[in-house]
Amino acid sequence: MFITNAWAAEEGAHQADIKLGADANSNGVTHSETGTPQGGDHGGAFPPFDTSTFASQLLWLAITFGLFFIIVSRVIVPRVSDILEVRRDRILRDLDEANRMKEESDAAIAAYEQELAQARNSAQNIGNTARDAAKTEAEAKRAAADSELNKKLVESENKIAAIRTKAMGEVGTIAKDTVSEIVKELVGSSVTSAEVSKAITLVSK
Amino acid sequence: MANDPIHQFQLNKLIPLEIGGVDISFTNSSLFMVLTVASATIFMIWATSGRGLIPTRMQSLAEMSYEFVAGLLRDSAGSDGMRFFPMVFSLFMFVLFANLFGMIPFFFTVTSHIIITFALSMFVIGTVVVYGFYKHGFKFLGLFVPQGIPGLLMPLVVAIEIISFISRPISLSVRLFANMLAGHITLKVFAGFVATLTGAGALGIGGAILPLAMTVALTGLEFLVAFLQAYVFTVLTCMYLNDALHPNH
Repeated sequence: MFITNAWAAEEGAHQADIKLGADANSNGVTHSETGTPQGGDHGGAFPPFDTSTFASQLLWLAITFGLFFIIVSRVIVPRVSDILEVRRDRILRDLDEANRMKEESDAAIAAYEQELAQARNSAQNIGNTARDAAKTEAEAKRAAADSELNKKLVESENKIAAIRTKAMGEVGTIAKDTVSEIVKELVGSSVTSAEVSKAITLVSK
Repeated sequence: MANDPIHQFQLNKLIPLEIGGVDISFTNSSLFMVLTVASATIFMIWATSGRGLIPTRMQSLAEMSYEFVAGLLRDSAGSDGMRFFPMVFSLFMFVLFANLFGMIPFFFTVTSHIIITFALSMFVIGTVVVYGFYKHGFKFLGLFVPQGIPGLLMPLVVAIEIISFISRPISLSVRLFANMLAGHITLKVFAGFVATLTGAGALGIGGAILPLAMTVALTGLEFLVAFLQAYVFTVLTCMYLNDALHPNH
């Protein structure tokens, strides 16, 4: 469709060319099959080296490429670099945010740990104090009970000793009475208590 | 005639124009330059029209081409080379779209004409020379004087450097032009074999399978070449611009 008629500028037949261009439009692709009148040109000028077409190619390259260069530098490059910049900033900001949050959570964890240690310490302290207090109290009560018991023991011992002394004191009298009674029964005569005492002392020696 | 592989490179005047005896007709080549520029522009603007934080597929493609060229330029010319980014990006997109347009059947390949590729490479070299002298003055000529060369060899080395510098626009333009031209001719020749052989009866149709397979394979290769040549053109542009920025290598 676009690769139909050869340039054929060297013939200077521009009018014919215009007509051929119109032909090409009406005949379409088939035109390339039917063969073009300027088929003989091929031997003369290899199209890329046909200098007569250079001016037109250079001009249109300058126009199109120049326009493209302007569009690229004015519109496309700022646009794409803007998109990339925004994305990079966003990623950096998000990373910063994430770091900040991580620091915050680390701080929260540290605070929690500290609080926990403190609570543990104070719990231990309270426990210790309570235990100590209980121990002291128990000790005091024990001591009190001990002293009470000791007192009672001493008291009892004293009482026992007194009773025993008293009893021992009374043993002599009982023995004297018993002896005088026994003697009275056996001998039939009474003896004086002095004699009895003397006898008892002799016996008990 | 039908299978003439050269025919596809011929220019037709779509709107004949002439100023001062100089023929400046609007040709099929001009039409495809317009199409190339229009489609590249529409692609870049339409793809980024969402300005999405999370890109769509098309936006991602546009951003990829942007970052691809930006990466090439930054790698070879450093971050102060980024001032040439619009130029390098336009060149890349123009050559790439022109090459890819050429891959569509019946479409004209703008970059298969030496004058176009030569003009583009002269644009690059012209920018290098003008910017080099503007930025560094006569120190820009230090480009031709490598350091650490013994005095005796100096004239020879400088001559070689100058020749290599002068041959740059030629090699840059001929590489792109010759690749596009040769690829399209090869493709057309093999495709022509298919047409000729199928016209030669049952045996011919059987025999046409080989050039057909070749044509299919070559089409794939040509798509690769279309991209690769745009890439090579861009890489070399970046390296030459690096010389303008840092002439003392």
